[in-house]
Amino acid sequence: MTAQQDIKADTWTVAGRTFSSRLIVGTGKYKSFEENAAAVEASGAEIVTVAVRRVNIADPKQPMLTDFIDPKKITYLPNTAGCFTADDAIRTLRLAREAGGWNLVKLEVLGEAKTLYPDMRETLRATEVLVKEGFEPMVYCVDDPIAAKQLEEAGAVAIMPLGAPIGSGLGIQNRVTIRLIVEGARVPVLVDAGVGTASDAAVAMELGCDGVLMNTAIAEAKDPVLMARAMKAAVEAGRLSYLAGRMQKRRYADPSSPLAGLI
Amino acid sequence: MDVDDSVSVRVNGEHRRVPGGTSVAEMVNLMGLDPLRVAVERNLEVIPRSTLGQVCVEDGDDYEIVHFVGGG
Repeated sequence: MTAQQDIKADTWTVAGRTFSSRLIVGTGKYKSFEENAAAVEASGAEIVTVAVRRVNIADPKQPMLTDFIDPKKITYLPNTAGCFTADDAIRTLRLAREAGGWNLVKLEVLGEAKTLYPDMRETLRATEVLVKEGFEPMVYCVDDPIAAKQLEEAGAVAIMPLGAPIGSGLGIQNRVTIRLIVEGARVPVLVDAGVGTASDAAVAMELGCDGVLMNTAIAEAKDPVLMARAMKAAVEAGRLSYLAGRMQKRRYADPSSPLAGLI
Repeated sequence: MDVDDSVSVRVNGEHRRVPGGTSVAEMVNLMGLDPLRVAVERNLEVIPRSTLGQVCVEDGDDYEIVHFVGGG
């Protein structure tokens, strides 16, 4: 098998759906639908997150996201961004299921506006209700291996710990806990939030994550389409590096050229 | 019931009048929206898309009509 075929065969599966791209991108904060669509294309993403909001009944003919990013080609993952209680999140996803006709959703229940940190008590409660109703929730959570385990036990189809606060671009703050979550999980683990630049995405993948979800890092780059390409390359590089198995670290130098035959 | 036979509802927080006997699908169409691209909640209950044409708009109903927008 060639290296190229190896990369192709390296897929991941969530709730019975198989994807080859390990990069999930958001669709918020773009200057235009055109730029958003071009960035999605450049990222190679097969899944995009979307929000559920009221239609503008005063101007119903406004262009819609679905005119630019085709839900038949790209999987729409509806989120519950902006929900601060389990009840609001559940209500939002019931509507999302009807709007889109699918059960795969992204659950996030936020605790406060300042940090947008997840409220894990409400998140867990919402997960339990959603699973009972037949949803397949991918769940945004704190980078806590115990919380991740509880979500998995409640039926989360993927665990999505934050690398840093949403929209902060600070990069992965706690590699140890992300790695602990990866080692403990039997469902896919994706770093969601906090990625700022390509190396952050590579770090997440080198820790053994199944994928990375990001929005602001691409949308707020000076050139979002170019950054989308960078993120695609970084996620692939990080994944390959993880599969390849990195060298052991040493405290001192070790020459790369042979000492034997030195003139 | 009003003299002109129309009913009063709220849609996305705004007051609207629609003719009595209108189905939810007809109301959505009257607003210039495509029922296939939105989801409708009536008095906090989601209406399955397949039954939008059968559910009749009642006086005092509170509707939320939503769709997908860009988000992270």
